[in-house]
This record gives sequence, C-alpha cells and structure tokens, in this order.
Amino acid sequence: MSKTVRIIPRLDIKGPNLVKGIHLEGLRVLGRPESFARHYYESGADELMYMDVVASLYERNSLKEIISRTAREAFIPLSVGGGIRTLEDIKEVLRAGADKVSLNTGAIRNPIFIKEASRKFGSSTIVVSIEAIRQPDGSYLAYTDNGREYCGIEVLGWAKKVEELGAGEIVLTSIDKEGTGTGFDIGLTRMVSEAVSIPVIACGGAGKPDDIARVILEGKADAVAVASVLHYDFIKNGGAAESAQEEGNTEFLKSNKSFSKIKSAGLREIKGLLRSNELECRV
Amino acid sequence: MIENPKVAIVDFGLGNLFSIKLACEASGLTPKITSDPYETTGADALILPGVGAFGDAMESLERLGLISAIMEFAASGKPLLGICLGMQLLMSESEEFGSHKGLGIISGPVVRFRDIGNKKIKVPQVGWNRIFKTDSGGWDSSSLKGIGDGTYMYFVHSYYAVPSLSEAVLCETDYEGHRYCSGISWRNISAFQFHPEKSSKMGVMIYRNWAETVINNKRSMV
Repeated sequence: MSKTVRIIPRLDIKGPNLVKGIHLEGLRVLGRPESFARHYYESGADELMYMDVVASLYERNSLKEIISRTAREAFIPLSVGGGIRTLEDIKEVLRAGADKVSLNTGAIRNPIFIKEASRKFGSSTIVVSIEAIRQPDGSYLAYTDNGREYCGIEVLGWAKKVEELGAGEIVLTSIDKEGTGTGFDIGLTRMVSEAVSIPVIACGGAGKPDDIARVILEGKADAVAVASVLHYDFIKNGGAAESAQEEGNTEFLKSNKSFSKIKSAGLREIKGLLRSNELECRV
Repeated sequence: MIENPKVAIVDFGLGNLFSIKLACEASGLTPKITSDPYETTGADALILPGVGAFGDAMESLERLGLISAIMEFAASGKPLLGICLGMQLLMSESEEFGSHKGLGIISGPVVRFRDIGNKKIKVPQVGWNRIFKTDSGGWDSSSLKGIGDGTYMYFVHSYYAVPSLSEAVLCETDYEGHRYCSGISWRNISAFQFHPEKSSKMGVMIYRNWAETVINNKRSMV
C-alpha cells in the first residue's frame, strides 16, 4: 500500500494579512488568514503552513495571535516559519499553538541549531525549509531570506546534512517556480526526495491540480504545499468577503481579478484528482 | 449538577500541550496542564501526552516525582489517556537509544519500525494513516465509538507499542508493511499512537467520547 500524501495549504503572512507574491516578492494582499485557514480545515486540509514573509520582530505578536486563533478552531497540524532563529523563538510559537516550526536562515547560518532544536523539541517538530535556485550549470543552490541571499550551499548536500542533524521534514521550495503557476520543479523534488529518508514537502509552482499530481507521481514528493490554486478558488467563491486590513497592496483584491496563469481549485477537487491517479489521500 | 470534570494534562517537558487543552475544552472538560504529582493524583482524569525521546521522558517523570503519581492514578480506576509517546510510556520497556524501562502499566515492549527486506522505509512516519478494527472486538464501548473502520488519523512516530495481551489492542494501522497496534483500551486505560487532537473532526470525536467516559465515571464515584 502506498503512503498517504498530504496537501498543505500554505499561508504567507504579512502583519495581519494573508499575502501572495511572485518569486516570493511583489506581495499582494488576499485577506484575513484565519478565514482562509478555517475554510481549508473545513474542506479537508491535511495540515496548515504559516509563513511569516517579513519576519520582523515587531510583527511577531500579530503572527502569534493568528496562530492561536487558528489552533482554537483547526484541529490539524500547524507549522510556522519565518524568522525563527533561537530556541526561545521556537518555544514561543509552539506555546502559541504551532506543532512544528520551519527553519531556514537560522539553520544555514548555524547548522548546529537544527541539532539543538531537534534534540530539545523532537525531530518531528523541526522542519527545515530549503529555498533552491537553479544555477546556469544545472546545479541547485540554497538561498535564504526568501531567495534573496546567496550562501553558496549546494542543495543536495544540505538536504542530507539537515537530515543527519535531526530535521524531521524538509520543505523544498523552488524559488524559480514560486508564484509563477507554471508547475513544480519535478527534477529538484525528485533529486532531494530520493536522497533523504525524511518526508519532503514540495513547494512553489502549483498552477493547476495536475501539477500537484505530477510532483507526487514523478517528483516523489511526500506532501505538497499549495497556495495560489487554493487561495484564488476561495476568493472566487466569495470566501474572502471580509475585507483585508488596510495595509499593504490591496489593489489586487479590489480589482476582483484572478491571476491568469492559475487554474484555481478546492481541496476536494485536488484530492479527487489524486485519487483518480491511484494516490492515497485522506478524504 | 456535577461540575465539569477536572483533567490533569501531565507536563513533563515539551510538546504541544496547548492543542490537547483546546480539544479537552471543546469536549466539555476542564483541563489543567500540570507537573504537580498531587494535582495529578487528585484529578478526575489524566492525560499523559508527550513527544520526544522515551528515555528522556522517563527521566523527567522520575525527576518530577510523577512516576508514582501516575501509577497511583492508573490503579485508582479513573480514566487515563495516553497519547503518542504517552502511550509508549505506559508499556514495560522501549528499545529507543538503548533499553529503557517504562511505566509497565500495560505489558509489552516498544519497538522501532524496521526496513523490511531491501525496502528502505521512511521513519518517522509523519502524516495521515488509517485505523482498523481488530478481531478481538468492536469499538462501541470505547473512545472510538461512532468512528468508521479505516478512518484517517494523524501520526508522527518512529516507534510503536506491542502489547502482550491481544485483548488490549483496540485498533491497528499498516505502515510500509508493518501492521501494528495504534490504540489500546484496557480497563480504565485508553491510549493512541496518533494525535486525536490533530486528527480533524474524527479526532475531536475521540476526545468527546473519552469525555463522556470521564463524566460517567465521575458520576458513579459521587
């Protein structure tokens, strides 16, 4: 029997708002994160992933409030990433109601942090986020700060190292594909998933339900993080009617347009497609 | 009118006790996160949670003086619920990083998922998997009342319990060729390897069922 794959709505947070960007930049405000999270819980999300895209210290409280409000009504695993650099940071978001944290910059700058964190909180709590950019020679390098900071670390070696240091899962984001809606980087996902024995969550690029099926079937992903495809479906169906807090670029929301490259779909439709491809997933 | 039963959630280190507390509240119980042995034995019901390593957990319980408190509580006949590592701790021993003695409330060892033949399996198991009925009995008189055979629950673990008594096995799960015990029901003890508080609506239903047992037990003791 094959393993059950997970579909994980990814919610990028800036201040009090859910946002979505292209290549993790050029952020658009989509609405209140809690409304989206509630809707995804009700329609069968396997997990929720919050990513604090600005990750500035002074906005930390607003993130913690969003986590706590979500944990109160969504009884599924909740992971939180963005700006987590110390054991104390981890403790704080876990205490707010998160089940897992994802580390990137803090882990690359100080790999021993992964070891300390997984020893202290358990491997299953520690997810390492790897932001990969394909190089002209076909290799992949890991970046930090949403793909802005070059660190010269090769992705495959880094993935093996984080497993060895005790990470429980890897979120693998293709910065080249992120927000483009042109499909996942199948080669990248497969390369990492076949090299490690911890679960790999593919992230970045879903433009239609079929992309999600492909990254599982061909990319060997254990789970898939999906943002735009789900968010635009929710918006299209009038779900985000409550207005976003007036902060940031809300023009997109007001314009009532959807992003042309995205073929939006709900969780039920996506899972239906996966099952028709004989992939096991929770109904 | 009986006041809401008090549930002690045993706190012996780390892990997300917050969601267990929320699930208890959603089920009409009054939970308290505590590491005080006296509060533990005095509660109407007890939840033994836990993530992390078996040996470290036993050491923390020992250091906090909680081992005898939990043993005493288990012997009192009041409802005790073990979750994830908390289920494993109820067993006699574990092979995690060497051999460690457990609480021994349920007899049998805790073992690790092993590769079968040449097939390398992903450990820990992280994600949703199904629970199935066993030959020994139905779920109607347990916390799984009303849950369908084959329902998905959320699991995160590398080790699993092997109860010596097959009658203690409430449900089983398949993972990469291993068929193992994912739930125990034995006298006043219920335990689950998965996280009901993270298993969506069906998981919350398990808490509601267990809360009913807790309420009935408290009534019968008045």
